[in-house]
Amino acid sequence: MKTVFSRMAIAASFVCASFVYAGSTHAEDFFTYASGKLLLTGGVSQVEGAAGGGLTPWAVIGSYGSRGQTGANAYYTTIGTQDYKITSYGALIGIHDRVELSYARQDFDTQQVGAALGLGAGYTISQDTIGVKVKLIGDAVLEQDSWLPQIAVGAQFKSNKNGDLVKALGARDDQSTDYYISATKLLLAQGILLNGTLRATKANQFGILGYGGQDNAYHLQAEGSVAYLLNRHLAVGAEFRTKPDNLGVAKEGGAVDIFAAYALNKHLSLTLAYADLGNIVTRRQSGLYVSLQGGF
Amino acid sequence: MKSVSLGVMAGMLLFCSVPAFAQTYPASAPSAATAPVISSDGKLYGDFGGHDGLVALMDDFMVILLADPRTKDFFVAVDQTRVKWELVSQFCQILGGGCTYTGKDMKTVHAKLGVHQADFLALVEDLQIAMDRKHIPFRAQNQLLAALAPQHRDVVTEP
Repeated sequence: MKTVFSRMAIAASFVCASFVYAGSTHAEDFFTYASGKLLLTGGVSQVEGAAGGGLTPWAVIGSYGSRGQTGANAYYTTIGTQDYKITSYGALIGIHDRVELSYARQDFDTQQVGAALGLGAGYTISQDTIGVKVKLIGDAVLEQDSWLPQIAVGAQFKSNKNGDLVKALGARDDQSTDYYISATKLLLAQGILLNGTLRATKANQFGILGYGGQDNAYHLQAEGSVAYLLNRHLAVGAEFRTKPDNLGVAKEGGAVDIFAAYALNKHLSLTLAYADLGNIVTRRQSGLYVSLQGGF
Repeated sequence: MKSVSLGVMAGMLLFCSVPAFAQTYPASAPSAATAPVISSDGKLYGDFGGHDGLVALMDDFMVILLADPRTKDFFVAVDQTRVKWELVSQFCQILGGGCTYTGKDMKTVHAKLGVHQADFLALVEDLQIAMDRKHIPFRAQNQLLAALAPQHRDVVTEP
């Protein structure tokens, strides 16, 4: 808990410092002279820590490090739905615009549902995810005379911290690995970014409810993002992500969101979204998604 | 030291390519990859303010490039007037302004400059800042950048 607060304090001071700085005339110039990729082209941190949209990994390598450079960023995301409060935070390193390593922690606060289930109000289920992503081919931004998207493959090693509970709910395991392939293309002249991701997963509710259930097989899921660039700093868009429906105790549905991502500069961005996460145990869950990302 | 020699080299290459010296040093044929024409109705060219707009844009652009620690070494020692002139000519052709870019192709010009991908992206960023300051519509900016982006294959020579 203390860590979370100190992270938030760091993030808050980031915000304050940046806005103060933005007030001066040439703030943008100072910040823009950071190295690397163009603003927003590294995506933001998705809920499991990889660079992408809010829900979905993209084929881009996170951070502003371009070829020959290494960059890093950290994020803090909160989603408040009808019954739950989900927080996710973590960090990633982008190495030479080729390899991305990430870590994410998700805390799923069951609030009053926890009390109703006899777990105690505010019972929290947690998941750690270590991610690796490798760019295989293409350049989403620079190859504007080609239709070939940037393509990357990734793995997310997931570990649920409440194994006894999720197994009691019917999950087969408290550890599992997701594998995905993403294709991302920026249609710059049109100002549109497209992403498609295929994921093989055993995870129930991103892994919050463990892995495997009625069967212990990998399920192939589709994810997609579309974003429209309004200006250099601001993109709006929508995403979807299907999830397996493999846990006997409750139905699981797909997730969608609409988002606006604002990059103040290369060191700070804010993403606001309205996310519908589908049915999670009790009923359909939707709410405001707020994510702050800082990096260098 | 490196930056000075790069600048001198750039200056020499551009020196050879300006029309005033074209009789002495015939310019190579402009390649389609260097300056593809992406608009023909004059509207996009108009979004940039036509010839005068491009000249003013390049004046600002050069100031920004020289102030940017990431890019200034490439431009500080070159004939900046000539570089701006070449860029006006190239952008004018791309935007459908009816110009013909007669300068050397991008690969030849940048062959020995040692440009990294980060340098290329820094220049793109500075161009975006310059275009923003001239209030060129975002969509028009991106159409130009989309036409210029593939030049990275000729300009970026370092891994």
